[in-house]
Amino acid sequence: MIAHAIFFYVFSLIAIVSAIMVTVSKNTVHSVFFLILDFISISCLFIMVGAEFLGMIMLIVYVGAVAVLFLFVVMMLNVAQQTNQWLLSEVSSGHIPIGLIISTLIFFELIIVIGGWKYKPDIFISNNSTISSEISNTHSLGQVLYTDYIHIFQISGMILLIAMIGAIVLTFRQREGVKKQSYIKQISRERSEGVEVIEVPSNKGVKIDD
Amino acid sequence: MEYVNIIFQEVYKILFLLVPVLVSVAMIVWLDRRVWAFVQKRQGPNVVGPFGLLQSLADALKYIFKEIIIPASSNKVIFILAPIVTMTLALIAWAVIPFGENQVLANINVGILYIFAVSSLGVYGIIMGGWASNSKYPFLGAIRSAAQMVSYEVSIGIIIINVLLCVGSLNLSDIVVAQQEIWFVIPLFPMFVIFFISSLAETNRPPFDLPEAEAELVAGYQTEYSGMMYAMFWLGEYANILLMCALGSILFLGGWLSPIDLYPFNLIPGAIWLIFKILLLFILFALVKAVVPRYRYDQLMRLGWKIFLPISLIYVVLTASYLFYFNLLPTV
Repeated sequence: MIAHAIFFYVFSLIAIVSAIMVTVSKNTVHSVFFLILDFISISCLFIMVGAEFLGMIMLIVYVGAVAVLFLFVVMMLNVAQQTNQWLLSEVSSGHIPIGLIISTLIFFELIIVIGGWKYKPDIFISNNSTISSEISNTHSLGQVLYTDYIHIFQISGMILLIAMIGAIVLTFRQREGVKKQSYIKQISRERSEGVEVIEVPSNKGVKIDD
Repeated sequence: MEYVNIIFQEVYKILFLLVPVLVSVAMIVWLDRRVWAFVQKRQGPNVVGPFGLLQSLADALKYIFKEIIIPASSNKVIFILAPIVTMTLALIAWAVIPFGENQVLANINVGILYIFAVSSLGVYGIIMGGWASNSKYPFLGAIRSAAQMVSYEVSIGIIIINVLLCVGSLNLSDIVVAQQEIWFVIPLFPMFVIFFISSLAETNRPPFDLPEAEAELVAGYQTEYSGMMYAMFWLGEYANILLMCALGSILFLGGWLSPIDLYPFNLIPGAIWLIFKILLLFILFALVKAVVPRYRYDQLMRLGWKIFLPISLIYVVLTASYLFYFNLLPTV
């Protein structure tokens, strides 16, 4: 149990410190790396409470795919060289009121959720009747997700699909003069179409039609 | 005192797994070069030791004694971290590989997801190395590899779903046990082929070695690395290749199971069978390197997104419908 506590405090400390470093660090690329460290330590925390499936999915989706795209964009935009002056420049201080409002809102939401948990625990237990401790985390998640919540699950999938199609439609431009290769055309080309034998008269040269 | 004992036991077990893996990485580099040479009617490394077996050790010794050069304009912390990340990620995935019934370091419930997660983190070593070098060739290599590894991971994930549909468990040992009657390579043969090609792309092997294409990018993300740091990239890369071969043999070739359950064959321990299958797949990897020319970048992307992804998605639907119709779905 002591080892469990030690690991919990180590991972949560790393998570909190790296979350602060995401906003504080001057180099944007460093921020993304701290974000990745944050994701990893949070997935370690998930695994420690027994939600191994969530932890692994967190690693695969957020660290393996989303953060790679973040890093990609940050590196490509070459904002790495700009120093990110935290709370000092006039531009960023203009955002402080909005940021404060949003963070107080989130703070009160968390208080309501955790308070409800504390003072009315039966609300949360009543839904969990299908989950028993004997079957593994993955199985119990699947049993709930594909039976009781199948419509919500499918709808969230549709929303993601629509968002993806929307992003493609918004950024897609039909450009003129783009050269394209059709591999079927390339493979089906025959010798008779590509090569022509021409008799060249001496000292005359030959005109090749274009 | 009890804690210390447990820790020592675990360290002993980890070393018992890691040392053979590292030694076999060295041997596999030799094998790779030998196979490559034989296809091209050359001899390959054959001077150091019997059949040149100690060539990799000689190379490692050379790397250790070479100076590590860190470019002045590089981002030093990330530059040094990159090879460490690559090698660590390549080695920690071995923790869940089962070498026999109950012969596994960590028999976790979500073993296949763990391997998938760790191999999807592998891209960071390359991106970090490429970006921190602060030079054009490594950066181009890093960008290429990020796009390549992310896109081929999608099809690998869907192929794994195919296997999981037949097994009903994410545990690697369960996956092997489920193949006792028939290896999944027979019912899922197209998936095995796609898995093999995708793992070539995932480990940046030829014909998909665009991140380090020497004709265009010098050595891609490894250009600025020297000495032991270069060797660590190299070790990580080959450990990853071995891991993909191990994953292929566990998912499709029945892991530690012997091909026929008859008298002389089932006496051989399972670990030997697994190693034999890994070697078989690795020789295929080496042969592909020798025979196939490098892909162009747009062809690589087309293959991943427009061919492998739809085929494996359709196969998921087919497998699921077949299992459902004949009532073969595994009970959880």
